[in-house]
Amino acid sequence: MLAPPQPAPILSIRGLTKTYASGFQALKGVDLDIRKGEIFALLGPNGAGKTTLISAVCGIVTATSGTVTVAGYDNVADYRRTRAMIGLVPQELSTNAFEPVISTIRFSRGLFGKPPNPAHVEKVLRTLSLWDKRNSRIMELSGGMKRRVLIAKALSHEPDILFLDEPTAGVDVELRRDMWEMVRALRETGVTIILTTHYIEEAEEMADRIGVIDKGELILVEEKKTLMAKLGRKQLVLHLREPLAAVPDALAGQPLELAQDGHDLIYTFDAQAEETGIPALLKRLADLGIDFKDLQTRQSSLEDIFVSLVRPRS
Amino acid sequence: MNVYALRAIYRFEMDRMRRTLLQSLVTPVITTSLYFVVFGSAIGGRMAEIDGVPYAAYIVPGLVMLSLLTESIFNASFGIYMPKFTGTVYEILSAPISPFEIILGYVGAAATKSLILGLVILATARLFVPFEILHPLAMIGFLVLTAVAFCLLGFAIGVWADGFEKMQIIPMMIVMPLTFLGGSFYSIKMLPAFWQQVSLFNPVVYLVNGFRWSFYGQADVGIGASLGMIAAFIAICIAIIWWMFRTGYKLKN
Ligand SMILES: Nc1ncnc2c1ncn2[C@@H]1O[C@H](COP(=O)(O)OP(=O)(O)OP(=O)(O)O)[C@@H](O)[C@H]1O
Ligand SMILES: [Mg+2]
Repeated sequence: MLAPPQPAPILSIRGLTKTYASGFQALKGVDLDIRKGEIFALLGPNGAGKTTLISAVCGIVTATSGTVTVAGYDNVADYRRTRAMIGLVPQELSTNAFEPVISTIRFSRGLFGKPPNPAHVEKVLRTLSLWDKRNSRIMELSGGMKRRVLIAKALSHEPDILFLDEPTAGVDVELRRDMWEMVRALRETGVTIILTTHYIEEAEEMADRIGVIDKGELILVEEKKTLMAKLGRKQLVLHLREPLAAVPDALAGQPLELAQDGHDLIYTFDAQAEETGIPALLKRLADLGIDFKDLQTRQSSLEDIFVSLVRPRS
Repeated sequence: MNVYALRAIYRFEMDRMRRTLLQSLVTPVITTSLYFVVFGSAIGGRMAEIDGVPYAAYIVPGLVMLSLLTESIFNASFGIYMPKFTGTVYEILSAPISPFEIILGYVGAAATKSLILGLVILATARLFVPFEILHPLAMIGFLVLTAVAFCLLGFAIGVWADGFEKMQIIPMMIVMPLTFLGGSFYSIKMLPAFWQQVSLFNPVVYLVNGFRWSFYGQADVGIGASLGMIAAFIAICIAIIWWMFRTGYKLKN
């Protein structure tokens, strides 16, 4: 089957490096293409360079080398055009404490070169459940509300690309769900979304594609589904009636291990394969007189994948 | 030109100033009044006229300048320092605006406030001393140029400073002495020859004298030199700020 032609990426990063004034190299040559309309999750441990990458795209830090193009425009030479297309929700809760919510939203819209549009401002504030708070000063808001004010600011100028730098850090479960809903709704309207997160389940839940960055290098970019399937190993856990001291010799060579002081026998297999080998294994166990009272299968999560990718590097 | 952005920054800054209008006007007005009580009435009574101008009237332009310089630096430096301090500068840096528009917005707003302040002080002074303004248009012109010049300096300080002490250090260590030695309260002709020469290197002398000329039609230095000095000052400040933005100095590390 022929792959459908790929549309030109809306954001294209080539050989991006950043060495801070301190001499620290936070990005070591990042190449990344973001497709129009996708939700891309950037994962990585603390200090991996996620924020630096976003900042370089948005113009908050000057890249040391490399290029960034947004819809084909260079983000340095054509910065007016590229920046007008981008909305950024920063990681830090940086707000003007004394400003009323609504004026800070109007300010953002103007700053990004858009004429006043009270209807749009109202819509954004309502979507984020901030309309009732529109005349409150920001310092009177809770942390979660401040986070939503930052999102409202980023959406005030109708961006094509939205960067969310850890949007759900310090946000309660319910609000997190709301935010996921909002992000999905935004994507429906054609907005491309790039988010960073430490919560793997967030990436698992939301993203179309996932990138993993570590120590300033993008070590993996993959469709979430492919990634889960490719690296997603399944395990069959048998809770034994009688604990075993060791895996019986008759079963040597099989991908088996013991856990829980020999109470659990774990069989690891490839979920994608034609033959899982489970029926044969169960038959062998019956022949050997190894009895179990219960069984379960589990699939490794992105978290396991993530840990297995990043851990060997540290 | 991103007019909406310019307007947004200007409005934001004016709103911020409106919130603190009372204290930012009251303080200089009280200070100026005190100067008049001490210098104008108490000391001024014993002072002869200078260049045919009564002493109390003679110090008016200098006093206005004094407040104008300090307040311009203070306002403009805070305008850009605060977003850096709170982190909200991310939005300015990621917006589709040029350095020129950023400077125009911040410095324009700060200069507007300085201008208002200068006029309020002038009005206050009028309550204490009767004085006339010979060249009102030139007076406004000097007021505007000086406000712009020192707001630019303040803006550069605000970008450079990474702590509150640094915000104070240039105004305290350089601007204050230059202002006091800048002929606000005396004619530099009253100084010994050597110090007269030294004074000619002090830019504030040119500002105060140009301003005074617009009031009373006389000054210690030529009006052309005065304008040239302000122009040079503005050019230097713009060059510094331009360099800061080009290199991302302290803004984009
Ligand atoms: N202004 C700066 N000067 C010097 N080094 C910096 C600066 N900002 C960030 N760094 C360093 O660059 C590296 C990457 O930082 P960055 O903020 O991009 O990480 P991150 O992936 O966003 O981390 P986190 O998940 O904690 O937000 C870190 O080691 C950090 O210490
Ligand atoms: Mg970060």
